[in-house]
Amino acid sequence: MTDVLLRQRSEDPVAPREVVRRSARRTRNWAALVWVAPAFGMYALFVLYPMLQSIQYSFYDWDGIGPAKPAGLDNWKAIFTQPELLHSVEHAFILIVFYSVLPVGLGLVAAALIRELRPGAFSTTARVMLFIPQVLPLVAAGIAWTWMYSSDGLVNQVLRAVGLERHTRAWLGDFTFALPAVGVIGVWVMLGFCTVLLLAGIGKIEPELYEAARLDGAGRVHEFLAVTLPGLRRELVVCTTFTVIAALASFDVIQISTQGGPGYQTMVPGVEIYRLTFLQQHVGQASALAVFLAALVLVIIWPIQRLGRER
Amino acid sequence: MTESTVAQRVTRTGILLALMLFAIVPLLSMFTTALAEPGSTPRGLTWPGDPHWHNFVDAWSSANFLALFRSSILIVVGVVPATVVMATAAGYALAQLNVPFGKVIYGLLVVGLTLPFEALITPLYYDLQSMGLLGSRFAIVLPLIGLLMPFGVFWMRAHFLGIEPALTEAAKVDGATGWQTFRRIHLPLATSAWSALAVLFFLASWNQYLLPLVLVDDPSKRTVAGGLGAFQGQHGTDVVLLCAGSLLIMLPSLVIFLIFQRNFVRALMQGAVK
Repeated sequence: MTDVLLRQRSEDPVAPREVVRRSARRTRNWAALVWVAPAFGMYALFVLYPMLQSIQYSFYDWDGIGPAKPAGLDNWKAIFTQPELLHSVEHAFILIVFYSVLPVGLGLVAAALIRELRPGAFSTTARVMLFIPQVLPLVAAGIAWTWMYSSDGLVNQVLRAVGLERHTRAWLGDFTFALPAVGVIGVWVMLGFCTVLLLAGIGKIEPELYEAARLDGAGRVHEFLAVTLPGLRRELVVCTTFTVIAALASFDVIQISTQGGPGYQTMVPGVEIYRLTFLQQHVGQASALAVFLAALVLVIIWPIQRLGRER
Repeated sequence: MTESTVAQRVTRTGILLALMLFAIVPLLSMFTTALAEPGSTPRGLTWPGDPHWHNFVDAWSSANFLALFRSSILIVVGVVPATVVMATAAGYALAQLNVPFGKVIYGLLVVGLTLPFEALITPLYYDLQSMGLLGSRFAIVLPLIGLLMPFGVFWMRAHFLGIEPALTEAAKVDGATGWQTFRRIHLPLATSAWSALAVLFFLASWNQYLLPLVLVDDPSKRTVAGGLGAFQGQHGTDVVLLCAGSLLIMLPSLVIFLIFQRNFVRALMQGAVK
């Protein structure tokens, strides 16, 4: 049977498939819904429905127990007027620099360097070692770095060893340095992911392109700008998307290391939502911030994705 | 390969070594601290004079890690197979069968790829409360299946889109039913895709912190990561015990990653870029 089919196809390679495709498009396969139903059902029940509830809650003033009072746009206005809510959103944007810009930049450097290595033990070790922080629980990352930044931790130990004793401090308790310090944890977590993905992308670039660039007398920098960077477009989009979402939606690391403190210096929307709902019982306010955060992620991711699709 | 001078090669290796050091040093610091004298405050990265290996045993028992590991395994077993099966079925249908409103269904799922868990945690809490599931492991398992689903469907659909339609047609001509086509032809070809997905979902469940923190009060019914959060609250001042405990909970993630490292990284690259 298959033989017959194959022979037919070789005589007329295009026509049969076209016909099948066109006829298939006309007849909708209602039975196929059964295949999709469990997945979509779980998704609808535990993601779509709660999302709609969040939108609904955001227009109420509710403490989670008593009756909910309609609050109009109050919760929404508060996001733009209450300093601690506004700051949490600002901090999320600052974290994009640490979670996204730095790891993608350093990842490009690391990937370009690893590509030039001969494949072997060192390049494998480099890849694996850089990737390890990505697979660990973020809770553990938070604990490891809380220890690194503490008064007796490694960061201060190194500063003392090189004679910069006066710059030692409890980093996560410092009003100026807490946010960048938390940001560095993000660099640590994301760097390996970006490196490995970009490295894979570099591997797929036609070697001829590099040869052509070299024949044209291109230097390293020019080669990087003319061949590597354009060739990595899709990988760069994936890296940026993934890390930007992680930055805007950060929770674990901050909840473990600073809980938003000192003051509100490292407060981010994720932690603020948690505090508003579960510690302060401002369910409506938490929901408005939650919907705002979800919309923010979509609005920022959308153009990045579009950029990846253009060719 | 570019011909490189010795100086270039030294710089290259130097930068790479610095980045590798950055990745590994926090873990090394944790390790030496975990071996220090119990109750002491050691310095960042110092190999202790006499390493107290017993700290790991102490951390194990004082955090009740046995119960936590058991709980995590129950959660992983509840989440991973169910999610992988559902995502494989849906991904297959959306890629290969003509699902009515398939575009709409897929579009809604893709939106879910970007939704932060925190945006849903508040209503989830009250929903699970009214279902009477709050505090049980179902409160972690069921939402997690839903939350991981968009990525699973996206991943599996990408795999099944790469399969020649001719393969399905050939099977149809041979008289195979829809189910047989899937079972005998498509499923075996999808092994690497769904097994990589299973590893990713294992890590996502094992490392999950927010859901257990909010939805389950009793730390012994949480994931290990969720339990560690509680452990940090209790023993936050005892750095030695905390480091020992943290290393213990990282170990399974680390081992799974190192075992599957090769396939995992390859699958990640293929899957993510599609």
